Parts: sequence; structure tokens; C-alpha cells
Amino acid sequence: MAFDLTEEQDAIRAGVADLCKGFDGEYWRQLDRDQAYPEAFVSALTEGGWLGALVPEEYGGGGLTLADGSLILEEINHQGCNAGACHAQMYTMGTVLKHGSAAQKDRYLPAIASGALRLQAFGVTEPDAGSNTLALRTRADRQADGTWLVNGQKIWTSRFAHSDLMLLLARTGTPGEGQKRWWGLSTFLVDLREAGATIEARPIRTMMNHATVELFINDLVLPADALVGEEGLGFRYILDGMNAERILIAAECVGDGRWFVEKASAYATQREVFGRPIGANQGVQFPIARAHAAVEAADLMRRKAAALFDAGQPCGPEANMAKLLASEASWQAANACLDTHGGFGFAEEYDVERKFRETRLYMTAPVNNNLILAYLGQNVLDMPRSY
Amino acid sequence: MKIAICVKEVPDPTAEKRIDPGTNRLVRTGENTLNPYDRHAIEEAVRIKESGVETEISIVLVGPASAARTVDKALAQGGDRSVHLADDGLADSDILATSRALAALLERDAYDLVLFGQQASDAECYVMAAAVAERLDRPCVSQAASLTLDGSTLRVKRQVETGYDTVEMPLPAVVSVSDAINEPRYPSLPAIMGAKRKPHEVLSLADAGIDPDTVGGAGSRTTVRGLSKPAGRGASVRIEDDGTAAEKILAFLVENKVVV
Ligand SMILES: Cc1cc2nc3c(=O)[nH]c(=O)nc-3n(C[C@H](O)[C@H](O)[C@H](O)COP(=O)(O)OP(=O)(O)OC[C@H]3O[C@@H](n4cnc5c(N)ncnc54)[C@H](O)[C@@H]3O)c2cc1C
Repeated sequence: MAFDLTEEQDAIRAGVADLCKGFDGEYWRQLDRDQAYPEAFVSALTEGGWLGALVPEEYGGGGLTLADGSLILEEINHQGCNAGACHAQMYTMGTVLKHGSAAQKDRYLPAIASGALRLQAFGVTEPDAGSNTLALRTRADRQADGTWLVNGQKIWTSRFAHSDLMLLLARTGTPGEGQKRWWGLSTFLVDLREAGATIEARPIRTMMNHATVELFINDLVLPADALVGEEGLGFRYILDGMNAERILIAAECVGDGRWFVEKASAYATQREVFGRPIGANQGVQFPIARAHAAVEAADLMRRKAAALFDAGQPCGPEANMAKLLASEASWQAANACLDTHGGFGFAEEYDVERKFRETRLYMTAPVNNNLILAYLGQNVLDMPRSY
Repeated sequence: MKIAICVKEVPDPTAEKRIDPGTNRLVRTGENTLNPYDRHAIEEAVRIKESGVETEISIVLVGPASAARTVDKALAQGGDRSVHLADDGLADSDILATSRALAALLERDAYDLVLFGQQASDAECYVMAAAVAERLDRPCVSQAASLTLDGSTLRVKRQVETGYDTVEMPLPAVVSVSDAINEPRYPSLPAIMGAKRKPHEVLSLADAGIDPDTVGGAGSRTTVRGLSKPAGRGASVRIEDDGTAAEKILAFLVENKVVV
């Protein structure tokens, strides 16, 4: 495994950094105050082809590996921006790419690659089905004419209001005798432009600026060809896509971690208290150094997971460990950075408190770190089950 | 139409500039990048091309071999090919020497238009376009705020203190564009990935037929003898806005007879 960025990777990183320089702290602070969507930022990324990076070239995308694509999200967060506003446009299409029909791929992937269509809403979680996805109750019933009738409720459907398409997980059947317990869920591609009043969305205000809603789905009719892949296998498809998602989220956390460490060390070097820079005190310096080590270590796991993923090898444990370690490292760095800034860390103009709130999400979503530990404990280390 | 854009590699303009006290030179060991002002010149060439004029855009750079990444950045911004003069003999070139090297490169190909950014963000001299134009014996306009091509005539709107000058000149010509001329686009992912595949020409002084004695330290006529900080500004008045700032500013201007 090579540890240096290739020239191409370096160019990708620099290209993203250049773009991000046009969206400074004040841009994000204003959005944060208004809980507004970073439309200009997302448009710039879209126009530059950055969000279509993982779509294969034959469909008009960038054709990047996951290792290279993850650098885009890392650098966005490293520059102080927030990839959470649009990261799902990069990877939600993976389910269509891997399990969709040729017709679905031809119809949607080129438009997703160009950004003409935004597929960045992913309706899985429900009020009573968070970590336990199999408990979900939203139903899709096949009608006589082959269409699907959908009813149910979703929560935390992020970027719903900024998407043309949503990938929806719904129950289409219950496992019978001898069938796997995960059987019976199916994935659908919902064209939100046609859903009209059958989907009602209520915004949820959160502690950071993250466009997310609660959905009430009443008699939504989906055409027969909205089903992605085979009926009943939806849960497997979602799991399939999760490794990519975990690795990309880990990359974002690494980017956040680097932002915090750089911000903290710069401030610790420049701020003088008792006639010397505060960074000379080990009480200030060591937490930053320790966070730096944690971020770098998490980055190695993320790179290993991405290398396995790109080689088509199993990478579940590595992808999960990368997300666990990186989200913990960025949170460690966030705390070191906040502590270093003393009272000023709480003032919005330093951007520390904003990034602090933003990075905290990744310990909880898209999967809770507890569930990663439970997965490692029972599926990798063969200990007794809790889920 | 053949357009050349002369671009420079500069220390990251967002990083603090440092001077090596031993050599009195700018420290260039940190991260280097494309001079941001040059992006406006590339963007303008791309716009000419997009307007339907058949155009080939060449990126011309004089700088160390390590500047190859900056060349690729410029290509990603919109260049079609590059000419990079990389030779250790170029070290320590001043404006006189660098303009000589650039002119030699530009004379190898018959460019209709040579564009520059208004200044380099490191040395801030604003004069390279004029120096090169003088060597090439071509008309030159600086601070171009808009370019209009009319056959082989170029019309340039040029920003001056009292408004705009409109200047017409025959091609071939040399123009340095102001940073208000356009808003350069960000290079796209496909453009970045494609930059490497574009034709790159890397030349030594010998390849370019440049006499080593006319460039580098030997060909330069300036030396930095000393550096000092600019004198501080005179007494200034700071007005905090408590709702009466406009009145206070007006009173200040009247008092100082700026407005009557
Ligand atoms: C801002 C935000 C955006 C989101 N965006 C989306 C989205 O776009 N689409 C989507 O589908 N979902 C989204 N989610 C939902 C997210 O994936 C869930 O919140 C997450 O999976 C946890 O589910 P839960 O909130 O129901 O917690 P619960 O499942 O109720 O868990 C509560 C607590 O119990 C712990 N716990 C539960 N079981 C175990 C166990 N066996 N062992 C140990 N601990 C356990 C959990 O780890 C957690 O700490 C988002 C969430 C947030 C906050």
C-alpha cells in the first residue's frame, strides 16, 4: 500500500480546495443562522462534476475509484465546508448502479452524473426503526395493474427538499418459513417531482444546519419500474451500499479532524497568555497532538478500507472500523480545538463551534457507533448477539 | 486564433509571505500554486474560444521543473497545450531576464494574442506584460476590463481613474487583463483529470535557443540590497457605527474639505 497521494489525487484535492476557497466561513455562518441549504456551493460542486465522481465514465460520470472519490469529501470538510449537504448525491446512486436494470441505469445515471437530477434523499429510518432497520413498517403493496401503493412514515430523510429522486426502503412482504429474517424489504426509486401531495414533509430543526425532514406517505402510487432490483432483497442492497457510505463518511471525518487540528495548532501558537503562547503548555499542546495521531490513524484505516473496496474484496470490518475511528478522532479533535480556543471557541466567527456541532453527527448517523461495535463484537469476534 | 497565456507559479497566496533575511528573497519552499490573477487571463481566452472563434490556448510558463503541477492547473483551467521552460540556469532571473525568456518562447510560435494576468501575487510588479511586449515589439494594453475581437482588430476597454478608455489595436498584441474582467470558473473534475493528457512541451534553455548568459542571475540587472517596512499611515480616525457613523463620516469629510 502506497502512502503518498498520487499526482492525480493531489490534483483532485487541490481542485476541491480551490473551489472551497470561494465559500468561506462567513458563507457557512450565514447559512447556519438561517438553517438554509448551501445551494451555491452544491451547484458549484455539481457543475464541476465533483458529485458525479463515482458514476462510471460510460454514464458520463468521473469514473473515480472510491479511494479517489473520498478525497473530494475529505477536502471539502478539511477546508471548513460541509459535505453533509450533498455527499449522498455521490453514493446513493450506487444502489441503482449495482442492482438497477439496464433501463433504469440508462435513464437515471447520466442525469445524476451531470447533476440534472439530484438523487440525494434516502428514506430508511422510521420513528420506530432506527438502528433496527428490519422493524420498519412503511409498506409498498403491489396492485393489480403492477403499480405499487405506498403508505407509511419516515424520519430523518435528509436533503429531501433538495432532491428530485429518493431511494426508499419499504416492506413488500414478510419472511416465510425458511426465509432469511431480512427478506421482505424492497428498494424503490421515487420520482419526487411526481409525488405531489402524497408525500408530506415536515422539516426538523437540528443543532446543526442539516436539511432533514419527517415524511408522511399517504397512498403514494409508484410505477412498476420504480422497483430497484428484486422484490424482497432491499435490505441486502442497502447493506451492500453501506461500505461505500461508511468509507466516505470516514473521509469527511478525517477532513474535519484535520481542520480542527490545524485551526487549534495555529491558535495555540499565536495566542499568548501569561506572556507565552498557550501552545507551549502541554495541557494545551498534548490534546491537539493526540487528536492529530488519532486522525492520522483513522485515515490509514479508511485508506485500507477504500483499497479493499476498490479491489472488489470484502471490506465490511474495515469500512466500519474506519467510520468508528474517524468519527471518534474528529470528535476528539473538535474538543481539543474548542478547548484550545477558550471562550473564543464559542463565538460563531471562529467557525469552531459550527464545525463542532457538524462533526458530532457522525458518531450517531448514518449508523450509531454502538451498532458498529456490536457488529464487530458479534460478527467479527463471534461474541453473543445484541441485535 | 492562437492565444498564449503567460502564467507564473507563486507561493500559496493565502499563506503568509516570508522573506529569507540571508538572500532578501521570498521563501518559495512552501506550497506553490498558479498565480490567481492569471486565472482571469485563461478564463478570458476560454470565453473567446467559446464565442465560436477557433482558438488554441497555449500555457507558457518559465519556472522550475517542480512547477509542472502549476502547468497542469492552468491546463485544467482551460489551456489546450503547454510550453514550460524549466532550466536551473533560470534561477535568480529578474523581470528583465524573465521577460527575455518569455519573449523567446513566444517567438517560437506565431501567437495572435498574448495574455497576462495584471500582476503576480508574489512580486506584485504589474510590468511583465509591458516588458515582454517591448521585446516582441507588439502593441500592449494593461488593465483590460473587457476584450472584443473584430477580425484582426482587438478592442480593449481599459479601466482608468476617470472611467474607461477604449483602445483598438491590430493583432498580434499583448494584453494584461484586470481581475475585474471576469469571474474565472473553477476547473471541473473532468478538466483536472484530463490536464495530464494534453500536449506538454518541456524545454531547456538550449532547446529554446536562449543564451544562458542573458537569463538567470547573469542576465539580471537588479539586486535586492535591503528591505524595509513601508512607513505607517498618518493619523487615522476610527469611527464605530453606533447608528451615527454616516453623519460622522460626512462631518469628517467636510472638515477635511473632501466634500463641500
Ligand atoms: C441529522 C440526521 C440525519 C439523518 N439522515 C438520515 C437519512 O437521510 N436517511 C435515513 O434513513 N436516516 C437518517 N438518519 C437516521 C440515522 O441513521 C439514525 O438516527 C441512526 O441510525 C440511529 O437510529 P435512532 O436514531 O433510531 O436510534 P435508536 O436505534 O433508537 O438507538 C438509540 C440508542 O440506543 C443504542 N442502541 C440500540 N441498539 C443497540 C444495541 N444492540 N447495542 C448497543 N446500543 C444500541 C444506539 O446506539 C443509540 O445510542 C439521520 C439522523 C440524523 C440525526
